[in-house]
Amino acid sequence: MASIDYPLEHPAVKEEEFSFSNHLYEWVSTVDHKRLGLMYIVTALLFLVIAGLMATVIRLQLAFPNGHVVDPDTYNRLFTMHGTTMVFLVGMPFVAGLSNYLVPLMIGARDMAFPRMNAFGFWIFLFGGFLLYFSYIGGGGLSGAGSAPDVGWFAYAPLTSRAFSRGASTDYWILGILVAGIGSIASAINVIVTTLSMRCPGMTLARMPMFVWVMLIDSWLIIIALPPLSAAQIMLLIDRFLGGNFFNTQNGGSAVLWQHFFWIFGHPEVYILIFPAFAILSEVIPIFSRKPIFGRPAMVGAVAAIGFISLGVWAHHMFAVGMTSWSNTFFTASTMIVGIPTGIKIFNWTATMYGGKIRLLTPMLFCCAFLFQFLIAGLTGIMLATGPFDWQLHDSYFVVGHFHFTLVAGLVFALFAGMYYWFPKVSGRMYNEKLGKWHFWLFLIGVELTFVPMHFLGFLGMPRRIYTYEAGRGWDFWNLVATSGLIFQIPATALFVWNLLISSIKGERSGDDPWDAWTLEWSIPSPPPEYNFETIPEVRSSRPLWDLKNPNDPDWRFE
Amino acid sequence: MTRKRGFRVFFAAAAALQAFAADLPERRIANIFKPLATPAQSEYDIAMLVFAITGIIFVGVAGLIAYTIWRFRRPEDTAEHQEPPQVYGSNQIEVAWTVLPILIVFVLIGVSARVIAAVENASPPQAALKVTVIGHQWWWEVLYPDYNIVSANEVHMPATRDGRNATYLQLQSADVIHSFWIPQLSGKTDLIPNRTNFMWMDPKEPGVYFGNCAEYCGTQHANMMLRVVAEDPAAFKQWTLRQQSRVVDDASVNGGRQEFESLACINCHNINGLGQASAGSKFGPDLTHLASRQTLGAGVLKNTPENLRRWVNDPQVDKPGCLMPSMKLTPDELTKIVNYLETLR
Amino acid sequence: MATTLDTHAPPAVGEWHLPDRGTMGVIFLIVTESALFTIFVVAYVVYIGRSLGGPYPKDVLDLPILASICLLSSSVTIVLAEHALKHKKVGLFKIWWLATILLGLEFLVSTGLEWRKLIYEDHLTISTNLFGTTFYSLVGLHASHVIVGLIFLSLVMVVSLFGFPIQTQERRVKFLSWYWHFVDAVWIVVFTVVYVIGR
Repeated sequence: MASIDYPLEHPAVKEEEFSFSNHLYEWVSTVDHKRLGLMYIVTALLFLVIAGLMATVIRLQLAFPNGHVVDPDTYNRLFTMHGTTMVFLVGMPFVAGLSNYLVPLMIGARDMAFPRMNAFGFWIFLFGGFLLYFSYIGGGGLSGAGSAPDVGWFAYAPLTSRAFSRGASTDYWILGILVAGIGSIASAINVIVTTLSMRCPGMTLARMPMFVWVMLIDSWLIIIALPPLSAAQIMLLIDRFLGGNFFNTQNGGSAVLWQHFFWIFGHPEVYILIFPAFAILSEVIPIFSRKPIFGRPAMVGAVAAIGFISLGVWAHHMFAVGMTSWSNTFFTASTMIVGIPTGIKIFNWTATMYGGKIRLLTPMLFCCAFLFQFLIAGLTGIMLATGPFDWQLHDSYFVVGHFHFTLVAGLVFALFAGMYYWFPKVSGRMYNEKLGKWHFWLFLIGVELTFVPMHFLGFLGMPRRIYTYEAGRGWDFWNLVATSGLIFQIPATALFVWNLLISSIKGERSGDDPWDAWTLEWSIPSPPPEYNFETIPEVRSSRPLWDLKNPNDPDWRFE
Repeated sequence: MTRKRGFRVFFAAAAALQAFAADLPERRIANIFKPLATPAQSEYDIAMLVFAITGIIFVGVAGLIAYTIWRFRRPEDTAEHQEPPQVYGSNQIEVAWTVLPILIVFVLIGVSARVIAAVENASPPQAALKVTVIGHQWWWEVLYPDYNIVSANEVHMPATRDGRNATYLQLQSADVIHSFWIPQLSGKTDLIPNRTNFMWMDPKEPGVYFGNCAEYCGTQHANMMLRVVAEDPAAFKQWTLRQQSRVVDDASVNGGRQEFESLACINCHNINGLGQASAGSKFGPDLTHLASRQTLGAGVLKNTPENLRRWVNDPQVDKPGCLMPSMKLTPDELTKIVNYLETLR
Repeated sequence: MATTLDTHAPPAVGEWHLPDRGTMGVIFLIVTESALFTIFVVAYVVYIGRSLGGPYPKDVLDLPILASICLLSSSVTIVLAEHALKHKKVGLFKIWWLATILLGLEFLVSTGLEWRKLIYEDHLTISTNLFGTTFYSLVGLHASHVIVGLIFLSLVMVVSLFGFPIQTQERRVKFLSWYWHFVDAVWIVVFTVVYVIGR
């Protein structure tokens, strides 16, 4: 397979034209899906670090009873901004960034269906993020001083009404997310249309890589589930600015209606967030096990089932609200049912590895840890799905442990796997494997130390979102253990950033296909030229490169 | 009996009962796996079932994953160019590991449905003790409508081994959403404005049960703590009688009483017999029997004279952001008021 | 990549047809907008009959018959305009297109007049009660989509009046008309929920 070694700079730019302002202009005005994808991911990583610093302060405050690291208002802003940032400014841009970068490459296209809308989506997302953070300077707290939102990332009514949330901080929460959400929806429509309308010849929907399937279904979820949040936020704006009564309990409005609308968005949202993890695992595990994904149709079916069912489980966040026993039972049932296709995916990934030749390199290490940790997270999810058990666990640190397990021990691990896996393709160089392994083990220990004890704290009655606690409630020890995880997580993350930076400058050249992989992105140079493919490929199976490398045993004989 | 002697007898009895109350074990560790009432017990039982099932699943699946990784791992540097057999899937296996989870899930749904109905649809018998709890930012208003009692931050109820005296709580909110959670007695239920929720509990053992507000409700959500004081029925009856009784007019604290009325305290806090008759709390907790309570500021301080002085002087020190301002009293005014409040048993 | 190494391999593909991306784009835009409208409709329905005080729908709402006929007719005129464009009859296209715009404008004016009556005569505002809040929000959200539609329709009108060869943009005109049909379909839902069921 011919491997053309392109220089790292853009080949079309002549040497003498290379200047900082030209370079900046190129990036700011780009409509190239690869550049936009990178911009999404780099921005997401920046926000990850910012929100991670917030978490550090939170954990320092909670390390000991009667903590005085921050005052209650600052703490309440910290946990609100931490959650809001992680969901909307880290998770969502990762969804957009990964699909924008990889989907055209995987389906043999030259760009997304709507390149300019792609750029629009990125910049409006970035603007939304700035708007949210501007609240630190511009938002008015009680005394008019700058104040970020402090109402929790799900902003329950009537805490968010004018009466209880004076000043503009809640308005920044609404507007920042409303604006950023437009970007997510634009990106999602782009992914759907690209996938449906721009596949290379021979790539039927059935032959699309698993990654593309998962991100397609993810995008469908986004365009259906995000509008309810926008609608609820518009209603809240009407309440706050025009005296509306949507959630005004003094005039017949219902605080519970906000919860319904929010969680109709909020629950599918967490699946929107985790799908990239499923997508990444379905690409990395087969390559590092040297076997095709086990049960492709079942895997696609499982993702579709999860997406569909996830639209009907939202009120498991509301078991304590006093709904009828019929409602509570229904949502217990639907929530447990959505766990079934999720479990099937874990079985299929394991079966992919079974009988294979597993290379335990950094991407695969993160995938293996994901399997164990997501299994745990799924099982604690079953505990929470059980209505009566949830009456105890709801709004306790058990929930905090559960969702951090799914998102950090789950999603973030998978994102690391994906970033290590595709780093050679994006940069043309290999990352440092030793540093990668150090990163993995340090981060693993840190994550376990921080988030496992939270489950115990839930059992011991510690509620969520408290800025401090008194001694003698049995919470001291586990809180200290949870904080100690920082000692591992912070250096681990620093190692990761260092690895990426140093490797992109001095790493060994990777060539087109360092992993001996099977999907189309590995058939073009690393980094890819702007036009992606010299000639648009034609494919006959779901593993076009396998077919080329194994002409005696091609997939299309069996598919 | 002369009035003065009556006082002494009353105070002696009250003191004796305080001492008795002090014998109640403090259940500070609110472990959901040490249930001491029926709702918590049924939640515990279903929790054990779920633990058993998920535990088996975890051991099985994690074991399989671990075995797979261990058995099929290959060292990185071996130049093995032969790919393993390319297995695409197996319909039988897919069906098997779909059907088995479905069966497990059905069992769990069935059990949950039963427990949900049992806890939620229990209706209070006529003679049951009814308590209304109204959530405020950041304290609990506790009303006993049948007894005409208004209190705050502690819910007293009888405890009987056979759980026959269940207490039924009606939950409301005066401002934002709060949540009533005493883990050892029951799962939580939210207090939502413009809505009334119900819950019930039947403490089996006497004790002071600790809990917290469990729905973020603003700045001092962390310090909206909660206690259920469960006593045996006779002691509970004594408590209700004391709470219903008129506060004794001790002339030695007249100065403090007058100051309470004139220095704006009375605008937020009701004390029976003072000022205009008002039913129940105003903006802040009813203080008629303040001295009978265990804590101040919804659990932030233990109720001692020193702490009461500290609290009245400036509540913002221990509960910054709470809605009671410092009234900037002079030390003399402070002493008088605290002495007066201390008589409100 | 297009080389076949195994001569026994079947051809990759015979005819390769994929859906048009503009069509797909508009369809999914309509899907996402439908999700948005659904929530406002749900809020309206949930709050029917729950206002704590008046005015109530049956007291103040008159059926907007003329406005509805105008708006729904505009869906017909826009089809006629597209038909004319397909047959390269640009003059006829402009006439029907203008008719569409005018009918849409009439709808907006009617809505405005209705709101003026409700606010100044019946004293129903967005903050009065649940009916007021949900009514103005839902009808207003729809009206805002009508406005956006009219802006784009006017853009097409202006450029074609200035001599731009609009007949080369049949595809894009089609997408715009789908959006317009969507707006009309939403009106049917809003009309039914607000003026029929909710009264």
